[in-house]
Amino acid sequence: MLTRPHPVLIGFACLVFFFLLAPLVIIIGASVSDTSFLTFPPQGLTLHWYENIFEVSAFKRTMVTSFILAVTGTSLSLIVGIPAAYALNRYRVQLPSFLSTVFVLPILVPEIVLGFSLMKTVTTAMGFPIFVSLVIGHALLVLPYCVRVVSAALSSFDFSIEEAAVSLGCPRWKAFFIIVLPNVRAGVIAAFILALITSINDVSISLFLTGPGISTLPIQLLAHMEQFFDPTIASVSVLLMLVTVGVMAVVELTLGLTFLTK
Amino acid sequence: MTVSLTLSGITAHYGTTKVLEDLSLHVAEGELVSLLGASGCGKTTTLRLVAGFLRPTAGSIHLGDRDLTRLPAHARDIGLVFQNYALFPHLSIRDNVAFGLKQRGIGSAARAKQANEMLERVGLNALADRTPDALSGGQKQRVALARALVIDPPLLMFDEPLSNLDAKLRVEMRVEIRRLQRDNGRTALYVTHDQEEAFSISDRVAIMNAGRILQLDVPEVLYSKPANAFVANFVGFENIISLRAVGEVDDCLTAEMAGGAILKLPKERYEQPGQEFLFATRPDGLLVNRLGDGIPARLGLRTYLGRAYQYRCETAAGEIIANGPLSDPLEPGTDAFLIPQHDQCAVLPVES
Repeated sequence: MLTRPHPVLIGFACLVFFFLLAPLVIIIGASVSDTSFLTFPPQGLTLHWYENIFEVSAFKRTMVTSFILAVTGTSLSLIVGIPAAYALNRYRVQLPSFLSTVFVLPILVPEIVLGFSLMKTVTTAMGFPIFVSLVIGHALLVLPYCVRVVSAALSSFDFSIEEAAVSLGCPRWKAFFIIVLPNVRAGVIAAFILALITSINDVSISLFLTGPGISTLPIQLLAHMEQFFDPTIASVSVLLMLVTVGVMAVVELTLGLTFLTK
Repeated sequence: MTVSLTLSGITAHYGTTKVLEDLSLHVAEGELVSLLGASGCGKTTTLRLVAGFLRPTAGSIHLGDRDLTRLPAHARDIGLVFQNYALFPHLSIRDNVAFGLKQRGIGSAARAKQANEMLERVGLNALADRTPDALSGGQKQRVALARALVIDPPLLMFDEPLSNLDAKLRVEMRVEIRRLQRDNGRTALYVTHDQEEAFSISDRVAIMNAGRILQLDVPEVLYSKPANAFVANFVGFENIISLRAVGEVDDCLTAEMAGGAILKLPKERYEQPGQEFLFATRPDGLLVNRLGDGIPARLGLRTYLGRAYQYRCETAAGEIIANGPLSDPLEPGTDAFLIPQHDQCAVLPVES
């Protein structure tokens, strides 16, 4: 039989939910306010600020940049991360244990430090174009997610299955694609989504790597806020939120959200 | 096509640790040889070397007249059955069985037909469209067996295939494995740590320890005439007593053990391996009796085995385990004699 939770516990839980959800409610409210500045509760009701997103060309442009950057950076990161996760699991016994830590370093190092050092090496010293620098920076930023999530999927993969395929006449490179990958597909998709969201939301790395002519949506938001402080910021935030909720809904319907948190 | 498997002078290392040393083994055409030993003895390493998952640091592996030593694993054409079945979780049972055929470029219609025939032989054609997670352990191992057999390999290998099954199913499955291997006249290498399993299924058994084969023979010989103390102990000769030959009486050798007791060993059963030698017995090989011509002992802890009582006995040569009849239970502390039952005893050379 379930006992009723203590009233204090219920109250505490309500507070947690309040602080989790209140900012979202405020942003949604502020985004429909018929004023030229951010305010809550909203005064009047308008969808003008949503129109404004698509009228300000900088928002359109940076949205596209952010999306292309996230897909390219995440793809690059997976191309590096999947083989890395495979090797870390397959040769766990033979490989030195610090190697798996190396791949989480981008999470452990403060992002400001990572952004600054990337600017110094990739942009200044190596002289890569801005977009290439951004792709490298974002690939690095999301690499820990890719390696960890794919690793988690591989940790329950039985490598004797791969050996069975090889013993039946399948070369090892082919066994990787037709036996290993299909069995960690869920992990790869989860890693892709997590990495995509991380990349689209990133500020600190992009802050150092964006430059003349190329910016990302979060950076553009910051710039816009400094200049105008109008409800467009709130409407863009709501839009980003909706995209995230949409992605999560697709994940939940197709794979179940549980493996993002596994 | 039946061929023999020959390993010559195989040495293997994990990093700098030597795991196999100068191991040679010949499995004749159509023969099933088991590698038997505790974990870490090198039996699985040997199998993985033949499969091509590991490379030897020295020596060669031949299947018939084909040199496998440098051949990549996927080109070796060996049917392998794993302890944990290793079925492909994302494929149907039929596709699991047909996998090896697909790798050999056989068309989909012929593939399905052969896979269905093989599934029928292991009694699982009704489950062909399921995925592996819907099957029981025994059924999975049958699928694994079908998958290995369908590619018609000249060599079958088994890596502890029954360890994950319950006791009753183990006995059933080992009969089935033996039947399928015999029917096809296939050469087979079988790895297990279970003595009963190895003895019941094999033509010959190799008992391994520390990367070496200590004795390779038919089960009957291993069971009654172990070649050394390790093998003796492994097949249940729990008592190993040092003896010194002193002469002959009638048709018996006489030998003295520590404490001065004299044992008579019928010459028709034993060949004396030297002046100093070892006398190995199972607990059943020494009968506990109040009187008689045997090793004097003081009885210790008594346990009930169902068919006999077992005693831990104090003797001048140390602790000895011996069995006594149910009709005459003796109390701890009683002085008694341990009378050798020669069909459960063996003599061994002293190890250098």
